Amino acid sequence: MKIHEYQAKALLSKFGLPVPMGVALLEPGGAAAAAEQIIAATQNQTVVVKAQIHAGGRGKGGGVKVVRGAAEAGAVAVKLYGRPLVTHQTGPEGRIVKRLLIEQGVSIARELYASVLVDRGKSRVAVMASSAGGMDIEEVAAKSPEAILIEHVDPAVGLAGYQARNLAYALGLKADEAKSAAAFLLKLYQAFMALDASLVEINPLVVTTDGRVLALDCKMTFDDNALDRHKDLAEMRDLDEEEQSETRARAFDLSFIKLDGSIGCMVNGAGLAMATMDIIKFFGGNPANFLDVGGGATQEKVTAAFKILTADPSVKGIFVNIFGGIMKCDVIAAGIIAAVGEIGLQVPLVVRLAGTNVELGSKLLAESGLPITTASDMSDGAKRIVELTSGRET
Amino acid sequence: MSILVNGSTRVVVQGLTGAAGTFHARQMRDYGTAVVGGVTPGKGGSTHEGFPVFDTVAQAVAATGANASVIFVPPPGAADAILEAAGAGIALVVCITEGIPVLDMVRARRALEGKACRLVGPNCPGVITPGQAKLGIMPGYIHKPGSVGIVSRSGTLTYEAAYQLSELGLGQSTAVGIGGDPVKGLDFIDCLSLFERDDQTRAILLIGEIGGASEEEAAAFIKDNVKKPVAAFVAGLTAPPGRRMGHAGAIISGGKGKAADKIAALKDAGIAIAPTPADLGKTMARAMR
Repeated sequence: MKIHEYQAKALLSKFGLPVPMGVALLEPGGAAAAAEQIIAATQNQTVVVKAQIHAGGRGKGGGVKVVRGAAEAGAVAVKLYGRPLVTHQTGPEGRIVKRLLIEQGVSIARELYASVLVDRGKSRVAVMASSAGGMDIEEVAAKSPEAILIEHVDPAVGLAGYQARNLAYALGLKADEAKSAAAFLLKLYQAFMALDASLVEINPLVVTTDGRVLALDCKMTFDDNALDRHKDLAEMRDLDEEEQSETRARAFDLSFIKLDGSIGCMVNGAGLAMATMDIIKFFGGNPANFLDVGGGATQEKVTAAFKILTADPSVKGIFVNIFGGIMKCDVIAAGIIAAVGEIGLQVPLVVRLAGTNVELGSKLLAESGLPITTASDMSDGAKRIVELTSGRET
Repeated sequence: MSILVNGSTRVVVQGLTGAAGTFHARQMRDYGTAVVGGVTPGKGGSTHEGFPVFDTVAQAVAATGANASVIFVPPPGAADAILEAAGAGIALVVCITEGIPVLDMVRARRALEGKACRLVGPNCPGVITPGQAKLGIMPGYIHKPGSVGIVSRSGTLTYEAAYQLSELGLGQSTAVGIGGDPVKGLDFIDCLSLFERDDQTRAILLIGEIGGASEEEAAAFIKDNVKKPVAAFVAGLTAPPGRRMGHAGAIISGGKGKAADKIAALKDAGIAIAPTPADLGKTMARAMR
């Protein structure tokens, strides 16, 4: 799960990590007053208005404006709010800005980079730092990997003081600045572990002209599997940032991702679901979604999944690909029949069943009298759905 | 001889009395696996579906001589269940549980270091040596005894692979589902090296997916260490970057973990690649000729 920058910074603050003074707003009206308050407290006319969306590249996309004075902050906030912000991560349609962060201006001496994440190759948490802050870290990693410093953490010990110092001094920091940076990294690791985060990224981590170290930006994502033990974090979810169909699917505990093709897929198992998308593409079609109904799906869950697929106007046909293991083919068949009975069937439907109770499932579908095309195997099914939908592309 | 499990494997089921544990313990026994008991704290001394129930794995091992465990414990307690099995001297732990927090697994992996305990999973279908023992949730009847070793990150694709091989008359020595989580037990290389040393295994089918670099590492390992024919499939060519495709570990991030890169690395190591998931069996058969 992703959260906004202002939410991430509030969490950093809780763990004693320094961030700029800021005020988050859900509408632009309070921007001037917020700026005034910050100016009064900092005695600095420079403030920053930052659009809050779940995508990177906001600065380049024009979503971060440095202004002077409260009046200009108010005017800029009105301009940013309610309009789509396009960055390299949003796609051409962009994301509508519905939240803003008004922050104190900071006088920057150096821009650094710091992050904490799980290094799956090592099965350990890694703390990374680089002196190439403020840049696209993926580009840095590709062009000059030696510019990225990594310390792997023994979970039985935690990030050791010397590891934090290794990173701080390797960044070229001296004296008090190095001490502040090392302390920052130790707290950052503690925050990562306590929050069950999957990524905490500070880019840039800045050293100010008066020698302070603080997080100018922060990106945090959390381990979905751990949200049950962090109810407060789960409440930070911003449904405006998610596809409606994905939110609906989550309510039924379905693993669903919307894609931009026209063939809806319903599959059991994540690997088979991905492979089904691949085989549709292989035969010239385009998948409209990734959907794993899971191993132990009930008839109700299958019906819900089927409804989510048919509710999408870009879906011109549906391919159901099931290899029954724990999942029984007759449960899938009954779920489909119930869904079609309730909402009808406006698009071609191809079903491939294999595995547990396949005879029973096929019999149910055949006896239902519904216009369902049955496929003998996965490639037969993929070919058929591509044929059946090829004249129906919009 | 097969790898990891055989007819003499003695299994204890952790989380026996839950719905999944009950159902699959029965299925495993029906397949012919020696399921010698189960563990559910608080229910020790009782009998469930004909299985003796123990409060702790240590008690179960002492009473039954179990040397393997299959875990169906729900996510919050699953990592602890892994450690309990390892602590009781279990040699092979198969963790089926899906949805374990990744930091729990980071700690569990650290705790397993230096212990003589192999972990398969979590979030996996388990391990089967057809005709001998089934430690997991895979449908038994699609498997036939034979000489192809399967190692896979995906559950249902493993079933698809076994089914296609069996239809072609190619049985399996052992099929191992290593699971879809980013931090887990055995990886491709561990299983490849076991299969390479196993007399019964004549060829290996590897099924990967997007995320991480295990397929690339496997390709390099095969190039230098595996003489048996290998075929492979990688799921997720059409997966968009930055989105988790069901499995916690199946995500393309930072431009890394793409299916195309994995396929290129495997091809470069001389491995036969199945063009679609419907060609898993055929591709393996061709590579064996």
